[in-house]
Amino acid sequence: MSILAWTYVMVGITFGIYIVIAVASRVKDVKGFYVAGASVPALANGMATAADWMSAASFISMAGLISFMGYTGCIYLMGWTGGYVLLALLLAPYLRKFGKYTVPDFVGDRYYSKTARTVALFCAIFVSFTYVAGQMRGVGIVFSRFLQVDVNTGVMIGMAIVFLYAVLGGMKGITWTQVAQYCVLILAYLIPAVAISTKVTGHIVPQIGFGSMITEGTHAGVYLLDVLDKLNTDLGFAAYTSAFGAGNKSMIDVFCITLALMVGTAGLPHVIIRFYTVPSVKAARISAGFALLFIAILYTTAPSVASFARYNMIDTLNDKPYQTAPSWFKNWENTGLVAWLDKNNDGVIQYRAGAPFEGKPGFEGETGSWGQQLVTNKPTVNDNELYVDRDIMVLANPEIANLPNWVVALVAAGGLAAALSTASGLLLVISSSISHDLYFRLINPQATEKQRMLLGRVMIGVAVIIAGYFGIHPPGFVAQVVAFAFGLAASSFFPIILLGIFSKRTTKEGCIAGMVCGILFTAFYIIQVNFMGVKPWFFGISAEGIGTVGMTINLVLTYVVSQFTPEPPQDVQDMVESIRYPRGAGEAAAH
Amino acid sequence: MDQQKMAEYWKKNLGVMVVLLSIWALVSYVFGILLVKPLNAITIGGFPLGFWFAQQGSIYVFVVLIFVYVVFMRKLDKEYDVHE
Repeated sequence: MSILAWTYVMVGITFGIYIVIAVASRVKDVKGFYVAGASVPALANGMATAADWMSAASFISMAGLISFMGYTGCIYLMGWTGGYVLLALLLAPYLRKFGKYTVPDFVGDRYYSKTARTVALFCAIFVSFTYVAGQMRGVGIVFSRFLQVDVNTGVMIGMAIVFLYAVLGGMKGITWTQVAQYCVLILAYLIPAVAISTKVTGHIVPQIGFGSMITEGTHAGVYLLDVLDKLNTDLGFAAYTSAFGAGNKSMIDVFCITLALMVGTAGLPHVIIRFYTVPSVKAARISAGFALLFIAILYTTAPSVASFARYNMIDTLNDKPYQTAPSWFKNWENTGLVAWLDKNNDGVIQYRAGAPFEGKPGFEGETGSWGQQLVTNKPTVNDNELYVDRDIMVLANPEIANLPNWVVALVAAGGLAAALSTASGLLLVISSSISHDLYFRLINPQATEKQRMLLGRVMIGVAVIIAGYFGIHPPGFVAQVVAFAFGLAASSFFPIILLGIFSKRTTKEGCIAGMVCGILFTAFYIIQVNFMGVKPWFFGISAEGIGTVGMTINLVLTYVVSQFTPEPPQDVQDMVESIRYPRGAGEAAAH
Repeated sequence: MDQQKMAEYWKKNLGVMVVLLSIWALVSYVFGILLVKPLNAITIGGFPLGFWFAQQGSIYVFVVLIFVYVVFMRKLDKEYDVHE
C-alpha cells in the first residue's frame, strides 16, 4: 500500500477511536463537564496531562530545533519538564484540596476580590487563545502534508473532530480521548527513533545510542557526539555540545529562558486544571509524577533523534552530488521543507553555516540542470547551498531510516494526536473561563446547572470556531506569541498562587499589584523586543526569558505590598490553613 | 488534631520540599547551565557530562524527585493522620 493509502487508514482508525470515546463519555452535569467528575484515575490523568502538554510543536518541531541548536536545545528540554516538579511539590496537591473548577476560581476566592478574579480570567483566556491558534495550524499542516488536502480543509476537519468530543463529553470526553492520543503519539515517536538509533549505533534504546559509537561508514568507531562536534566545526557552526559563546545564547539567557519556561509551565491554566480532575490530593501528587514520566519518555528521546537526524543529514547530503542524494530528499523537496541552490554550479550539495538564500523557499515549478527544483529566492553571499526546515527532522525520519510506509502514516496520526489533544484541553479552559468564571461567578450567580452546561457547550463551539479562524488565517506572529503565553503565565499566575498557598499574610492588594506589574513589565518587554525591533536591553535577556524577571517583580511586589496592607479576613486564612492538610479533599469538590 | 501537631506536619512538608527543590535546582541550573563548561571536560561514554545533564540527566532526576515526594508524603500523611 502507498504512504497516502496507509495514512488514510491510520488517521481514519485513530479518529474513529476518538469518536467512539466521545460518544461513550457523554456528561450531563457541570462537575463532569469541567473536571470530569473529579474521578479520573491518577495513571490516566498522567497520560492525559502528557498528551495535553505535548503539542504539535513538541512532536513535530522540537527535535529539529534541538538539532540546529545543539546544547542550547536544553532550554526546551529542561524548561518544559522541570515545571512539573514545581507543580507536584508546590501547587497541585493544594489546588486539588481547594477543589474548585478553575484557576480564576482559586485566585478569586483566595484573594477575596472580583478584580483579582477578573484579571486572572483575562490572563487565562489570553494565554489559552495564543496557544490554541498554533495547534489548529499544526492540524492543518499535517493534513496538507500527509493527506494532500488543502490546509484550510485540514483545519476544518480538525475543528469538527474536536468540537464533537469536547461538546459532548466536556472534560470527561477530553480526558479519555487524550489518553488514547497519548498512546498514538508516543508510539509514533518511538518507533522511528528506535529504528534510527539501531541503524546508526546498533543500540535499540535511543537514549543510550545517543552516547554511543557509530557502527558503519567513514565515522565507524567514533562517538556520535564527537563526530557531530567535528562536523559542526568543520562546516562553520559552533560545536554541537558546546555551550554559550559565539553562535549560541549567553549563559544568563539560557538560565532565564529555562526558568521562564519551567515557571510558565506550572502557571499554565490548561495544565493546572488537569489536577482538579483526580479524586484525591494523593492522586494529584502521583499523577504529576506519572505525567512527567510519560512526558520524559518523549523528551529524553527528542535530543537523541535530534543528534541522529543531524548526523544523517550531514552525512548523506553534504558534499554529495545532487544526483546521488537519497530519495527522501527529493520527495520532501516538493513540500518546500528542503531546497538546494547550486551557487557554484558544480552539482554538489554544500552545507555550511548561514542561510542559503533569503526567506523560505519559493518554487515556480522549474527544474535546474541536475533535476533540482529551482528556487526564486535571492541568494545570500555565503557558501551554504542547502535549506533545511527544522520540521523535516521528525517528519522525514521514517524515510531516512527506510521504514515501511505504515510507520510514515503513523507519524502523521501521531502529529494529529499531539495537536488535537492540546487544542481540546485549551478549548475547555477557554469555555470554562467564560461560562463558569465570567458568567456564573461574576454575572449571574443564580444560573441553573442546565443554563451553565448549555453555555459551557456553546462556548466550546465558539472557541473552536475562533481557534479555527486563526488556524486558517494565522496571525504573522504565531512563533512570537508562544513567548507571550509562557511569559504571561510565569509573571501572572505562578507567584500569586504560590504565595497564596504558602503565606497566609498575602493580601488582595498585594496580589493585584504584583499581577498587574508583572504582566505589564513582561508584555511591554516582549512587545518592544519582538514587535518593535528594540534590542533586548535587560542584560541581553531575550523575549522568551523575560518572564523570569516579570515573575520576580510579581513575587517581590506581592510580598512587600502584603506586609503593609490589612491582613486577609479570618475565613480566607482558615481556607489557606485547611488546604495544607489532605483530608477531606473528596467532599471539597462539591460546592 | 491539635495545633502543635499540625504545625509540625507542615514544617516537615516544607523541609522535604526544600531538600528536593535544591536537588532540582542543582541538576538543572548548576550542573546543566552554570557549571556546564567545566563538567563538559569530563566524559561518560560518549557524553560530555554537562551536556548530558542538560539534555538527559536533569529530566530523569525530575521524575525521580516527584516520586520520592509522593512516597514521603504518603508516609507523612499517615503518620499525622491527615490522609484521605
